Amino acid sequence: MEFLRPVSLAEALEARAAHPDAVPIAGGTDVMVELNFDHRRPAALLDLARVPELFGHSTVDGRIRIAAATPYARIIDELGDRLPGLAMASRTVGSPQIRNRGSVGGNLGAASPAGDTHPALLAAGAEVEIASTRGIRRLPVEEFYLGVKRNALEPDELIIAVHLEPASGPQQFSKVGTRNAMVIAVCAFALALHPKHRRVGTGIGSAAPTPRHAPAAEEFVAGELPWDRPVPLADSLLRRFGELVAEAAAPIDDVRGSAGYRRHALSVLARRTLTWAWTEYSCV
Amino acid sequence: MRVNVTVNGEPRQADDVWEGESLLYALRERLGLPGSKNACEQGECGSCTVYLDGQPACSCLVAAGQAEGREVRTVEGLADGERLDPVQEAFVECGAVQCGFCTPGLLVTAHDLIARTADPSDAEIREALAGNLCRCTGYETILDAVRLAAARKERV
Ligand SMILES: Cc1cc2nc3c(=O)[nH]c(=O)nc-3n(C[C@H](O)[C@H](O)[C@H](O)COP(=O)(O)OP(=O)(O)OC[C@H]3O[C@@H](n4cnc5c(N)ncnc54)[C@H](O)[C@@H]3O)c2cc1C
Ligand code: FES
Ligand code: FES
Repeated sequence: MEFLRPVSLAEALEARAAHPDAVPIAGGTDVMVELNFDHRRPAALLDLARVPELFGHSTVDGRIRIAAATPYARIIDELGDRLPGLAMASRTVGSPQIRNRGSVGGNLGAASPAGDTHPALLAAGAEVEIASTRGIRRLPVEEFYLGVKRNALEPDELIIAVHLEPASGPQQFSKVGTRNAMVIAVCAFALALHPKHRRVGTGIGSAAPTPRHAPAAEEFVAGELPWDRPVPLADSLLRRFGELVAEAAAPIDDVRGSAGYRRHALSVLARRTLTWAWTEYSCV
Repeated sequence: MRVNVTVNGEPRQADDVWEGESLLYALRERLGLPGSKNACEQGECGSCTVYLDGQPACSCLVAAGQAEGREVRTVEGLADGERLDPVQEAFVECGAVQCGFCTPGLLVTAHDLIARTADPSDAEIREALAGNLCRCTGYETILDAVRLAAARKERV
């Protein structure tokens, strides 16, 4: 096995192109579990931890660009005010030790349907910035997920950043699990109100082969919300929103929960997060 | 491969490191530091927690090669010579140790909490220790120890 240790993005992309069978490792919180248990024995590891371009965040064209390997702890501390949905999702990842190392780039690289940042990225309308020695491209995050643990990366590409609009309205994230810390989501839901555009973003986790939007629910609720009159929402509206979110899911039965439970739980999460977000919207 | 890493303030070299090996393995088997414990190798228990460049991390989830040129502080590096760190003293006094397997990780995590947070609330303590499992104590004596260590720190 080889251990590749690039110290710049250019070097990392060259190494990636020269070793398409190398496994990139950022925080290592997914990769090392696979290595420790011999589930994976790659020809090489490509260490991203000393590529300075992959850490930190900046504002680009009014959007926030988070470099791929930036650990969750920094997103929570430094971006919680501008990206509350992503920060909430980040806070539920693993434990403090995991959040000190794990990254959004790693969550996207693993592309587990249960990854907690995916619903928040979907609801916020994030884009993934991808690079190789051939150049840079950007993908809307919903086009990045191709299947269970499959994503749109070519063998010579690395995720280098995600781009998100700073929140222009309330955002929420909610996850069902057996306890507060260290749980893989049974299902998860994220919601973002975009009052400027009168739009509502949604993201569903752990309830389909890939994370996904609930487009019918988004359209319905954007049209029905009393944007100019922040009155409490009618039960019928909340219930319908929950139903449409549950209908957008395609869950399976597994050890963590049944498909029926997941659908029900999603409709509850959808109603709750919308109520919380609307209450916040009404108060400002 | 060879890995150069500063451990508890001393520059160290680990030789014959396998490229896929964890920092935990390198510390225990190559550098003679068995304080950090291996209980799960999957980030679930926190027994292997060390400071990596000042941040608590599960050393079982760090590739040894990723520690090249970095600073690691293990449970062995908490005491000042023969003098225990106040967190260690508090664990002894409160009886927060039974089999002791979880203790090294809890000490590092608690040490970090107290360094960052003056007078932590119970909720803050629980949140900080959420990644450290103990199968023996039922946690009450551990919470007592962290409260005691934090209170003593306040006074100095
Ligand atoms: C105890 C424990 C609890 C966990 N709890 C949660 C949880 O609650 N929620 C959750 O979502 N996840 C959880 N995880 C999974 C993991 O922490 C996350 O998926 C994390 O975001 C992975 O980030 P990383 O930087 O550690 O990735 P790594 O392990 O370094 O990499 C993960 C994958 O992405 C690839 N990769 C990494 N960076 C890039 C890049 N820049 N370009 C291309 N490919 C890349 C790697 O090759 C690998 O396939 C948990 C893991 C553990 C061990
Ligand atoms: S051995 Fe590393 S977390 Fe359990
Ligand atoms: S004292 Fe035995 S695991 Fe904690």
